[in-house]
Amino acid sequence: TMASPDDLKFQEFEEATDLLLADPGASTLSMSGSSSTFPAGATGDIKLDMSDDEGQEESSELLRGEKQTSGFWTFEYYQSFFNVDTMQVLDRVKGSVMPLPGRHFIKHTLQSSPDLYGPFWICVTLVFSLAISGNLSTFLNSLGSPHYHYRPQFHRVTIAAVVIFLYAWLVPLGVWGFLTWRQREERQQSGYSFLETVCVYGYSLFIYIPTSVLWILPFEWLRWLLILVAMVISGSVLVLTFWPVVRDDTKVTAFATVATIVVLHALLSIGCKMYFFQTATHTPVPTLAPNHTAAVLTNKTH
Amino acid sequence: IPPSHLFAGLSDVSISGDIAVEGEINVPVGTPSQDKKYSTLDEPVKDTILRDLKAVGKKFVHVMYPKKSSALLRDWDLWGPLLLCVTLALMLQGGSVDSKEDRGPQFAEVFVIIWFGSVIITLNSKLLGGTISFFQSLCVLGYCIMPLTVAMVVCRLVLLGGSWGFSFIVRLIVVTASFSWSTFASTAFLADCQPPNRKALVVYPVFLFYFVIGWMILTFSPSA
Repeated sequence: TMASPDDLKFQEFEEATDLLLADPGASTLSMSGSSSTFPAGATGDIKLDMSDDEGQEESSELLRGEKQTSGFWTFEYYQSFFNVDTMQVLDRVKGSVMPLPGRHFIKHTLQSSPDLYGPFWICVTLVFSLAISGNLSTFLNSLGSPHYHYRPQFHRVTIAAVVIFLYAWLVPLGVWGFLTWRQREERQQSGYSFLETVCVYGYSLFIYIPTSVLWILPFEWLRWLLILVAMVISGSVLVLTFWPVVRDDTKVTAFATVATIVVLHALLSIGCKMYFFQTATHTPVPTLAPNHTAAVLTNKTH
Repeated sequence: IPPSHLFAGLSDVSISGDIAVEGEINVPVGTPSQDKKYSTLDEPVKDTILRDLKAVGKKFVHVMYPKKSSALLRDWDLWGPLLLCVTLALMLQGGSVDSKEDRGPQFAEVFVIIWFGSVIITLNSKLLGGTISFFQSLCVLGYCIMPLTVAMVVCRLVLLGGSWGFSFIVRLIVVTASFSWSTFASTAFLADCQPPNRKALVVYPVFLFYFVIGWMILTFSPSA
């Protein structure tokens, strides 16, 4: 009927009013970037999809406009962190492997809407790629020895999982905590939320997935070269992200912060390489004591 | 006569005592199968077990020929996944025990990976906006492990004839084929429940899940 478009507009305004009345403290993010007055903001920014079967879409649109209207015990709160499409995730991954000085990861690629999908699944994939590639490289190393018995080494999955997930959560927590503390001291405004920090760290780990697969090739010079390349790429993503925040601080603090970030990253990659991809000289017992292994095997068959 | 005139005087009627009412009340009796549903408590145990087994078996057939039927989703149950998971975990036992540290996955590790992995994938698909229910998704993911369990049985048989060379190639082919079958079957059931531009985001964890299980099966090496 003739009245329906106007009715819909009126409803839109009312629903937005209700939401803000319910939670006046909610931060309203307007696309224009200025904290415009509420009526102008509402009709422009909050897009309500009035079709019946898109109730879910509606709530996620609203959440993008007003962050965290639900408490942390509701499902919708966590759903707001998974509000990404396939193309967005692919773009973010691309942004993490091609760090250009002009493209700031958080402002440019994430556009200040961090997600937890990328970091979580990149960490899981990295855990398994480290364990599987490490297992394969140990196997290839010991192919030559006569009494080698293939061992699946499943405990490596557990160790890799603990190391990677601790790194991906504790280090961002430390970095974010430190930066927030400095921010309060220096009265600066620009800082990142905890989620954005976790997001940057998670996506920066992506480059290690192909690196760990390539580490299977048994050339030491190649492995060190790969570490160097991966560290440069993912280290520069981190440095480019955090430098603008620390730059306004005292020189010493700024350099110390950036240096710590880089050193921790280096420790992770070198540690992973040394533990999971041991060189031929470190291969343990069976190749050094074939008689012992043969004796044990014959004992077992009896 | 218009109805208003017919009942015009009723408002003045007052009833002092009980009035006997006569008539017939007809309750429609349900179909015989509905009657049986209410009395399953009295049926012999054999019937109950056979009915459940038939339901489980029907779902196995659906996994073997994955068409877009909704039977797996509608009548979900977790017996099939439990059965498959226990079978797989038991068959992955008895691996080589050269040293305590380098052996393959233990029963508990396989169990945790399968169930924890299924829960995480289900949560992931729900967080991304999927419309499937929690247990339906667990049911689908569990039933689609069946090709991999079959591959495990085949691998153990092939391993009786030696570990390397031809046997390895056969095992590789069998595990790869069954892992792709599992992934394809589960996406056939799950894909319709996702928002269209996030399908790949939901399929990738499923792929990773079956890849890891396939890896555990392929790397199983029995004690010499």
